[in-house]
Amino acid sequence: MAKEATAKTAETLAKEQRAISVSEFFEKNRHLLGFDNPTKALLTVVKEAVDNSLDACEEARILPDVKVIIKPLEENVFRVTIEDNGPGIVKQQIPHIFARLLYGSKFGRGKQSRGQQGIGISAAVLYSQLTTGKPAIIYSKPDKNKKTHMVELKLDTTKNEPKILKEEDLEDGLKHTGTKIILEIQGKYIQSKHSVDEYMRQTAIMNPHANIRYENAAGEKSDWKRTVDKLPPLPKEIKPHPHGVEMGILERMAHNTDSRTVANFMQNDFCRVGSTSAEEMCRLAGIAPNAKPRELTSEQVRKLYDAIQKVKLMRPPTDCLAPIGEKMLEEGLKNETKAEFVNAVTRDPVVYRGNPFQIEAAIAYGGDLAKTQSGEVASDEAVQQPAKLIRYANKMPLLYEQSSCALTKAVQGVTWRRYGMNQPGGGLPHGPAVIAVHICSTWVPYTSEGKEAIASYPEIIEEIKLAVQEVARSLFQYVSGIRKTEDRAKRQKLFEVYIPELAGDLAHLTGEKKEKMEEGLKKFLKKNVAKIIEEGGDNGEAAKE
Amino acid sequence: MKKKLTAFGKTIATQAAAAENPTMDVPIRALSNIKYDKGTGLITMGEKTAKRFFFNIAHVKKFVQTVAVARVSKGLSEENKSMSLRQVFYALRRTLPGTNIDIVDEQTESDAAVEDLELMTDALREQLRINANKSGSVAGKVVIEDRGDTIDWSKLGSGGWSVPSNVESIKFKKIEAKFVVYMEKAAMWERLNEDKFWEKHNCIIISSQGQATRGIRRLLQRLSTDHNLPIYVLTDFDPWGFYIYSVLKFGSISLAHISERLAIPKAKFLGLSADDVERYGLGRHKIKFKDVDHTRLKQIEKYAWFKDNKEWQRQFEMMKKMSAKVELDAIVSKGISFISEKYLPDKIKEKDWLE
Repeated sequence: MAKEATAKTAETLAKEQRAISVSEFFEKNRHLLGFDNPTKALLTVVKEAVDNSLDACEEARILPDVKVIIKPLEENVFRVTIEDNGPGIVKQQIPHIFARLLYGSKFGRGKQSRGQQGIGISAAVLYSQLTTGKPAIIYSKPDKNKKTHMVELKLDTTKNEPKILKEEDLEDGLKHTGTKIILEIQGKYIQSKHSVDEYMRQTAIMNPHANIRYENAAGEKSDWKRTVDKLPPLPKEIKPHPHGVEMGILERMAHNTDSRTVANFMQNDFCRVGSTSAEEMCRLAGIAPNAKPRELTSEQVRKLYDAIQKVKLMRPPTDCLAPIGEKMLEEGLKNETKAEFVNAVTRDPVVYRGNPFQIEAAIAYGGDLAKTQSGEVASDEAVQQPAKLIRYANKMPLLYEQSSCALTKAVQGVTWRRYGMNQPGGGLPHGPAVIAVHICSTWVPYTSEGKEAIASYPEIIEEIKLAVQEVARSLFQYVSGIRKTEDRAKRQKLFEVYIPELAGDLAHLTGEKKEKMEEGLKKFLKKNVAKIIEEGGDNGEAAKE
Repeated sequence: MKKKLTAFGKTIATQAAAAENPTMDVPIRALSNIKYDKGTGLITMGEKTAKRFFFNIAHVKKFVQTVAVARVSKGLSEENKSMSLRQVFYALRRTLPGTNIDIVDEQTESDAAVEDLELMTDALREQLRINANKSGSVAGKVVIEDRGDTIDWSKLGSGGWSVPSNVESIKFKKIEAKFVVYMEKAAMWERLNEDKFWEKHNCIIISSQGQATRGIRRLLQRLSTDHNLPIYVLTDFDPWGFYIYSVLKFGSISLAHISERLAIPKAKFLGLSADDVERYGLGRHKIKFKDVDHTRLKQIEKYAWFKDNKEWQRQFEMMKKMSAKVELDAIVSKGISFISEKYLPDKIKEKDWLE
């Protein structure tokens, strides 16, 4: 028995290895892919397609027009249509992008984009196929003078290859360049904080440069008009920064590099390393600068890793990040919330483990947020609800796992009382407010593959706190400014109502004409109003002998 | 009086009509503005005044309240009627149109406005036709006349005669009593009344509940100065009790301007003193001092009229050491009628008092 068990060779093993079908892969990983339940599945399908559309438009420098329609077909079956005005997709690529898992250019590149893994949209196609058996229908028009190409696609689950069911060029397809995808899926439509509706709202906030039209499963139409006619800058790709590389990855990079010497390896494969820094690292690690990186022992890699931490380097370049920007964030938030006060801040980029990241925070306050659904100004009590927190990573709304997310923890970690807001139980502040926090990074540290919550790195928490405090401070100034104005108005009113009282009493006392005294008092108030309401009036209880 | 009130209003009215900031000079009723006259043994008021402006956010309310009281007072004098302080409070109470602001929120505000007006018009509250509630009880061998009624203080049963706010018009028709015992506790008065202490010892017993009212003070003063009766004072052994005696004898800080009409320089303190607590073994009825008691004691020992009084300073020292107070009522622990049969007769006989 023992002999048999140890006798397995590579050959016998190979015989046992069989191709795991992609449907099996999908079944095993559906929770990681965002299809754990029918509610989330519907959201994920919309999300993957919308993310792709927005990414494509931005990369092609086109102001995005995105249209999303969710049409119920029968109970728990929906037809989801997403159309954009992006660059379209060339004919040959369509099958691979939509009907092949793990195909894409986004995986692991040093560039900020919404999708990171190249798995999303094809997983949506596969999910559709597995739940309704219907093919995905793709329309694409890369050239506005040419015909629209239409493809009906399925995914061959045994081979992980696209299967084209139907393909044709249409004379009257899309009216502009772009892509349109239609999927029929099983799902569940809800209207709550985890809903597609909420996702669309939050997407509109983060993309004020986009026209977004949305028709939900209840047939209600929303239309978020573009309020900013400028695209956010396009992020650039960067090489990893030495301070952000973990030891195992450093070892793998060293062994796979094309560079011949360690000094060259450090300079070529990383950013922000010049010859001086590279030699300094080698010296500190006790490694010859011309040693071959492929031959470094694990011990040497460890020494190199330690040496890297000791050498001061410029921060990674930040043009690899694409924050949305203070003005755009304010526009987006204002447009959606119709708040009375909006303030946003974009922090300077910082590094956690050598990965550049950047935090943006915004706060919206009052206005429609302080109104009931019927449009009346809500009572103070109603206003004393927890503020709404919306979280974004690389411009994508995060709807699930709010409580375990670093963004939430950081916002709760702010002492809101200092900014004039109640914070019962140390949670979210209470008041008619929406707080938005955005982290953008070349590599967003999610807590899990589900990509719903950000891991709590101290550097990240700290940055978020600083950003949120900044907007909280400006809100506080605004609110106390209003209170001051209100106080002033109150003071003036006080005298205005006291004047007739005093004049009346004096008239009784003296028999003089009330009107005459009222007139005199009003005259004095008018003349000295600033002094009286600003400083309280003439000198205080000055004692005199 | 009407003239005084009209004059008071006229000054303000003239300023108002001339589009000036109406102001009034209010004498300051505080420790900082009183003097102790060693010669007369009285607390008197200094000359300090504070300007109160209508157009000042911190003054406007008080300003309007004071004028409103003047108006009410003038009305009373026109109709030849009077009102209690409580009724003045209600007479002033009205909500300003379009606001939730009231002219007065608490009676303490209208009471203070009345006192300010007294000072500014140089008139007594009674002249303004505003009275406090009658209070306290009196019994003894005295016959008086009050608004045409003849009243014998020895024939009023268990309740005694209540002292009105204004005792100016009371006429003493016959006084057989030889001295007066005043006490701050109504319960102690009832004890002495039940024991017919006033009959046995031919005296007058008077009580208040807490600080003596103006009516009681004026009544005691008249008995002391006009009729030459010794006035003996009984209070709790605590800073507040000592201050009740202080007010009776030297006058009060807030009414320093009328000390000559209220104070009784000949009043004698008959207990409870620190020595009484020891002599009568009341130590086991001590109530521990709280922070407020310590604070109050510290204030009192610094008052000018106590500062150089060695005997009183000794009392303050001993009280501080005990860091406790003893209530007058604790004496019943020595026997129900111990106070009337032993304590008072002994103390008076032995002249065991403080001045």
